[in-house]
Amino acid sequence: MRDVAIVAFAQTRHTDHDTGLSEAEMILPVINEVKERTGLQRFGFTCSGSCDYLAGAPFSFVSALDAVGAWPPISESHVEMDGAWALYEAWVRLQHGDIDSALVYGFGKSSLGDLRTITTLQLDPYYLAPLGLDQLSVAALQAAAAGVDRAELDEIVRRSRADGRGNPYALDLPEEVPDGFAVEPLKTADIAPITDGAAAVVLATGDLATRLCPNPAYIRGIAHRIEPHYLGMRDLARSTSAAEAARAAGVGKGAVEVAELHTQFAHEEPILRRALELPGDTVINPSGGPLAANPVMATGLIRIGEAARRIHDGTASRTVGHAASGPCLQHNLVAVLEA
Amino acid sequence: MNRCAVIGVGQTHYTTKRRDVSIAGLVREAALRALDDAGLTFKDINAVVIGKAPDLFEGVMMPESYLADALGAAGKPMMRVHTAGSVGGSTALVGAGLIQGGVHDRVLVVAFEKQSESNATWALTTHPPFSSSLVVGAGGYFAPHIREYMRRTGAPGHIGTLVAVKDRLNALKNPYAHLRIPGIDRAMVESTPMLWEPIRYLETCPSSDGACAIVLSSEDKVTGTPAWVHGAAMRSEPMSRARRDTVSPQAGKDCAADVYRQAGITDPRRQIDVAEVYVPFSWYEPMWLENLGFTAEGEGWKVTESGATALDGDIPWNASGGVLSSNPIGASGLIRFAEAALQVRGMAGEHQVDGARLALGHAYGGGAQFFAMWIVGREKP
Repeated sequence: MRDVAIVAFAQTRHTDHDTGLSEAEMILPVINEVKERTGLQRFGFTCSGSCDYLAGAPFSFVSALDAVGAWPPISESHVEMDGAWALYEAWVRLQHGDIDSALVYGFGKSSLGDLRTITTLQLDPYYLAPLGLDQLSVAALQAAAAGVDRAELDEIVRRSRADGRGNPYALDLPEEVPDGFAVEPLKTADIAPITDGAAAVVLATGDLATRLCPNPAYIRGIAHRIEPHYLGMRDLARSTSAAEAARAAGVGKGAVEVAELHTQFAHEEPILRRALELPGDTVINPSGGPLAANPVMATGLIRIGEAARRIHDGTASRTVGHAASGPCLQHNLVAVLEA
Repeated sequence: MNRCAVIGVGQTHYTTKRRDVSIAGLVREAALRALDDAGLTFKDINAVVIGKAPDLFEGVMMPESYLADALGAAGKPMMRVHTAGSVGGSTALVGAGLIQGGVHDRVLVVAFEKQSESNATWALTTHPPFSSSLVVGAGGYFAPHIREYMRRTGAPGHIGTLVAVKDRLNALKNPYAHLRIPGIDRAMVESTPMLWEPIRYLETCPSSDGACAIVLSSEDKVTGTPAWVHGAAMRSEPMSRARRDTVSPQAGKDCAADVYRQAGITDPRRQIDVAEVYVPFSWYEPMWLENLGFTAEGEGWKVTESGATALDGDIPWNASGGVLSSNPIGASGLIRFAEAALQVRGMAGEHQVDGARLALGHAYGGGAQFFAMWIVGREKP
């Protein structure tokens, strides 16, 4: 495959509440930031990820286009998925060989509605959604199946919050962890917080990548897999789709210094760690991860961006970014980045 | 860039309400027909790309999660595309992109809408907090653009009626078409109520339940009769911008120029044998004839009036009956792309254009700001 690198990454200072900005207003600064950093004003391809249901209105991506400055008209597409899949689409488009740059962004304001209830609408509308299973109940089923030791989960929560406090873009969640179950065995603190935010990435190939960035983060492998929707058809204690995606992306072909995992719940970290066969010395979510900031529809893209950032700043030479979608890690994307 | 071909097409019979199937049943029906056409099964597919218009149309958020099982996607990559009304076309292009980029050899592309599950007109009536609703439905948005077209060109008021009749006559030859109206004629169209001046009831598209699927293949894995992709392009522009021409958007012109360049087309009216173009309101045929360069600006209505776009004309447009006859919104763009492929494969049945070798598939969406197009041909590019 053609060498494609992440040459710029920007994200908003995520918030736990609606700051009054429209989606286009929220996206504009991060788009401008990656444009400034690369010096590019036009891109060979543009792709975004978002979800209408967060805004409660159709076509939320249409007004977002105002932030991009799509004039003269641009070659552009949109996935109703996390921005990580927009990045995948752009990576595929760059494989065609006729363009050498792409802009990718993802955004979401989950403060606007009741995210826990909205995600119920992602379930089979005939047999599952009418049961009223919300996001937390579904996650609790997986937490129960995984049966992770409570002390291990507490440590994941503590570490994520501490790392998040050290990350200027993540939320400042207190050191003191609230106790109590959301839906047993899922504790309130195990749950990624409601967050508004956006992120943008620039991809470039060949000479352009080295011209735009002193340390491009090359995408050495990227793959995704989906599993059956019905929870009863899956072993919830493991993630076969994450494992297959990791194998296809070549995670095991070398050491992994940092892995940014799309863990919306603490118990997903050990499940993913095992699926990706990450060695014990791999640093997980040094950004604080989704447990410290979860701007839905940008969270997965931010994982890949954070993994790239470790290569950009020279602190790592091989990292992994992961994104997930669907109930109980139904759909997983894995990207391997190298200096 | 690797060569890509359409080797299978599957459609459902478009209708107002498919009460006999779930959403999953609907998409699976189209997928199985496309696989059958290609002589393949789900096992032969490497990846699935699904597209549909806003999730509010059915009330299922990100339905690829629920539809993975029905489309045999478990264990495979699955993508969900959403680019407003152009989504069916964009979905085909994302699928083709996976093959052209050398990532996969066989991709299943599916697009659908089951409009009977919800009320699309209200789902299309955007509301605060992001924009104030000044119109109801898509017709309310597009009618002023049509009136501006009439003002600019001096087109007489009956041109829209001609398109409404022509496309429904074509639909009588297409077993999958939703609106098959015996005895359709100008008097019947003109007797129907005015919805959004100048658009009458029979000059607008129906609300349909339906799905369309295509199987795409790399050159090495072709089975059956291929339709080769000669050009593929997407273009977008902002909905609101000073001096944006909403009647003949620049994004449409640029997108057409891109696919024509890829396919070596310099005179679309002469070189293209048949076009499946997204015409949800009758007047969009003369408007797109100009935007797509089939004729000079101001001349589109004359081409329509001359009968050139009829099935027996020199450049048939929407031989299938088009969006005016079948409109499962999210699938409508893919149906255009699939019908273009059927024509150059010589498999369009009663609405086949004799000897079609090169065909255009076109879709647009949003405020006439998103465009997706491809050119498919009988011969390898």
